[in-house]
Amino acid sequence: MSLSSEQISHIARLARIELSPAELEATRAKLDDVFDLIAQMQAVDTRGVAPMSHPQDLPARLREDLVTATDRREAFQRVAPQTEAGLYLVPKVIE
Amino acid sequence: MINAPITELRRALDAREVSAVELATLFLHRIESLNPQLNAFITVDREGALTAARTADERIARGEAGPLTGIPIAHKDLFCTEGVLTTCGSKMLSNFVSPYDAHIVERLKAAGAVSLGKTNMDEFAMGSSNESSFYGAVKNPWDMRRVPGGSSGGSAAAVAARMVPLATGSDTGGSVRQPAAFSGITGIKPTYGVCSRYGMIAYASSLDQAGAFGASAADCALLLAAMSGFDERDSTSLERPAQDFTAALAAPASAKPLEGLRIGLPREFFAEGLADDVRGAVEAALAQYRALGATTVEVGLPNLKLAIPAYYVIAPAEASSNLSRFDGVRYGHRAADYADLNDMYCKTRAEGFGDEVKRRILIGTYVLSHGYYDAYYLQAQRLRHLIADDFRAALAQCDLIAGPTTPTTAWALGAMADDPVQMYLSDIYTLAINLAGLPGLSHPCGFGDGGLPVGLQLVGDHFAEGALLDAAHRFQQHTDWHLRRPACAA
Amino acid sequence: MSRTDWEVVIGLEVHAQLNTSSKIFSAASTAFGAAPNAQVAPVDIALPGALPVLNRGAVERAIRFGLAIGAEVAPRSVFARKNYFYPDLPKGYQISQFELPVVQGGEITIRVGEGEGDKAYDKTVRLTRAHLEEDAGKSLHEDFHGMTGIDLNRAGTPLLEIVSEPDMRSSAEAVAYARALHALVRWIDICDGNMQEGSFRCDANVSVRRKGAIELGTRREIKNLNSFRFLQQAIDFEVQWQIDTIEDGGRIQQATVLFDPDTGETRMMRSKEDAHDYRYFPDPDLLPLAIADEWKARVAAAMPELPGAMKARFIDDWGLSAYDATTLTASKEIADFYQATVDAAGGGALATQLPKLCANWVMGELAARLNKAEREIADSPVSPAQLAGLVARIGDNTISNAIGRKVFDALWNGEGASADEIIERDGLKQVTDSGAIDALIDEVLAANQKSVDEFRAGKEKAFNALVGQVMKASRGKANPAQVNELLRAKLGG
Repeated sequence: MSLSSEQISHIARLARIELSPAELEATRAKLDDVFDLIAQMQAVDTRGVAPMSHPQDLPARLREDLVTATDRREAFQRVAPQTEAGLYLVPKVIE
Repeated sequence: MINAPITELRRALDAREVSAVELATLFLHRIESLNPQLNAFITVDREGALTAARTADERIARGEAGPLTGIPIAHKDLFCTEGVLTTCGSKMLSNFVSPYDAHIVERLKAAGAVSLGKTNMDEFAMGSSNESSFYGAVKNPWDMRRVPGGSSGGSAAAVAARMVPLATGSDTGGSVRQPAAFSGITGIKPTYGVCSRYGMIAYASSLDQAGAFGASAADCALLLAAMSGFDERDSTSLERPAQDFTAALAAPASAKPLEGLRIGLPREFFAEGLADDVRGAVEAALAQYRALGATTVEVGLPNLKLAIPAYYVIAPAEASSNLSRFDGVRYGHRAADYADLNDMYCKTRAEGFGDEVKRRILIGTYVLSHGYYDAYYLQAQRLRHLIADDFRAALAQCDLIAGPTTPTTAWALGAMADDPVQMYLSDIYTLAINLAGLPGLSHPCGFGDGGLPVGLQLVGDHFAEGALLDAAHRFQQHTDWHLRRPACAA
Repeated sequence: MSRTDWEVVIGLEVHAQLNTSSKIFSAASTAFGAAPNAQVAPVDIALPGALPVLNRGAVERAIRFGLAIGAEVAPRSVFARKNYFYPDLPKGYQISQFELPVVQGGEITIRVGEGEGDKAYDKTVRLTRAHLEEDAGKSLHEDFHGMTGIDLNRAGTPLLEIVSEPDMRSSAEAVAYARALHALVRWIDICDGNMQEGSFRCDANVSVRRKGAIELGTRREIKNLNSFRFLQQAIDFEVQWQIDTIEDGGRIQQATVLFDPDTGETRMMRSKEDAHDYRYFPDPDLLPLAIADEWKARVAAAMPELPGAMKARFIDDWGLSAYDATTLTASKEIADFYQATVDAAGGGALATQLPKLCANWVMGELAARLNKAEREIADSPVSPAQLAGLVARIGDNTISNAIGRKVFDALWNGEGASADEIIERDGLKQVTDSGAIDALIDEVLAANQKSVDEFRAGKEKAFNALVGQVMKASRGKANPAQVNELLRAKLGG
């Protein structure tokens, strides 16, 4: 199968990855190979087979409702690109 | 000393024939002399290592040493280490000094193990050759023109070259077992849930599992025993009594130590695609297993081939979501120039991620996107079920499954650079085990053309890691493949 | 064409913050108003390698809600990832529930309008589902040299998203539903309901269609309405806008809009412009949530009597009107106060009148005073026991309603511990001794010959004046009924 440039731009936009026109074409060639590989799946009849989303067939383990986390803002924000007054700064958000 | 098994290093430390500081210094020296060629380490933490070694010496002096107290180790660079750079082999995290420790890092610190640094890896663990690292390819100690395997290539090469006696790794589709095979050492990936994933930077959450590298099964058992255990901070960490993987290893060597062990040989593991030199070494090793008392029976994994497409839908799908947090807001790389918020996201991620990572994010985004979910993601989940059932059926006929870890020996650097699919196919024998969440081990079993190591993979049922280590250990007690060293470590 | 040719269709999505101490997937505090980013655990800021673990307290509250609305509490529900990029969403996905929510179905009966008869009516609103999810952080838009500040303290606060069927047909019904839901989540103590702090937020899906049309119109979603007034205003504006748009030959495009309280208008959300593709899939970090029947049973056993049941009991057993019963079950605090008052008032011969009498006092004098003093019923200076003591004395004719108000004042101002004490001390007991009243009447008649003559001349008003005079002479303590009786006897004789 082959993805169109539009499809690739669409998923690149969803994934927030900028692709130059050249990169887009190179990516398309490689993705086509991968999707040819993946396409083998489609031939298999899996009617009646339950999807297995996890290797563990177990219910979730729950935590008790207790506050044990302490304020580590200083340590956490030491690695942040840009902060001010304890806030993470990002380019203006328009709602 | 550099080639001594962990039990021997333990004895020497306890007998004060060597101090933890001397041991750390010895291996740090090897790293400094070999890393320029092998590129196995991204970060060498000399200061931290020597401090930890001094603490270990005090502990030994107090007679409070555990099995790993004072033993040098290294961590794959996707385990968060507080105060130490944690890059995941990516430009995206090239400036990320973790503010916290992964659970396995905590446990190994508590055990008194001395971490010498962080090992190189495929970017975000996506690769089978360690060539996708932002920090450059790792070389195979047996042949510097070849890859060490991946994604835990740095850890495998470091142990093979005896830059460190033990190293941690992670295995999502073979990333511990395949580099162990390519680098001629032993590596184990336990059952999903045996090691906590807390602090292990996620690639594909339902497949990722930490693993251990060592020269032998005995060495791996000591490391795995210290790494594994319940962690309430990981919902998928299993609450079960701690396993003592080393217990079985104490068993006295007998002429037929594997008496009664039934080994299943899946025909699909020996079908076309398996290189002759690998087949030869594996079959010879299996003959040795029989000589030690084991019996072999042919079993089938009819859906094995489907593991590759299923894996390359499921892993990228989970990865596309797991890697969304790398957005240049709270840590890591942020693009210098951007027009607005979205442009900041798009440029940051375009600059921070390498080609293979971008490719897998795009694949994952596509297979989850509107209109394709059922045909790709859901279909892959159904195949995953079929594959898990295949293993259940096969393991009903035997105690363990054995076969080659990889179809070929280590390939030349760059050989697959332009053909990702070819590289994906090379994981045919390892991927399926992660889909089923089963434990797998690879140990050296001979050499192929050009004197390159060949690995034999053992696969067991859930929680059979002890049995895998036991079988491999008994094999290694009667063979010496695990004692062979590349020239640089001879 | 006018409003009456159109039918309005409204469905509500309410986000209720669950009042747990810690976050839904981390051990960080959910307390409101901390310093920015001071209440975050690694998973709340999505540090690499950090993982979520589900909070039992959040699940328990979801079960409570499901039981309260008679819904199916799913024995197995699944957490999914909703993927999109936004600075207040650190992981790049929100952990929510998609295909298998924890609460499925259910219904709530609401009373629309106030008062009795055709001024108000009951309506049952069906719920589609309620699911657990994590709240996002906050974007602070005040200017940081052209940038936005992100505070992630709120990120990971447990939310119950409660989705109704499109059953509401007017902004009044939407508000009545929202109010009923607000009262319920506070009643069962799963949410503090503080709308200023964003603990209870409404999104309204609004569409219009011509009367009689079967097809639903295209809906627009109004986001983040954090007061009932805004909910009403926003829907009214949106409905008129949609009708005008269609009548001017336009078409409604599905969209997400924001309500601007200043202009009273709704506007498109820029950030939601691009069509979303959330790529939901089961979160591989979280296994399915299992809720055993035993757990449900334990939660059910600990549930308080629900407003619906209490209201029915007030009407059926105590003969209150629908209006009274609705008002008295508007909040758990009021209901508890009223119930306690009736219980304390005891009963005996008066058992049948007391509930109504208590209702009148709780909804009348007490409500008015609390309102005036801007106090919650929870901290009323007059306790249920004290009010009960007062009501009992009116019930047994020890004092009249008029004197009752005096006694209430005294209790409100803390001038006395009980009605009886005050009645005793101030000698407010009603005079029922006919001899004493006769004497008073004679004085009054003697002093008011003019009124007597007028009455005899057939002026009924003059009679009332005389009654008033007698009451006055008794300083309000004479039993009015008795005074009437005796006076008429005298004048008639």
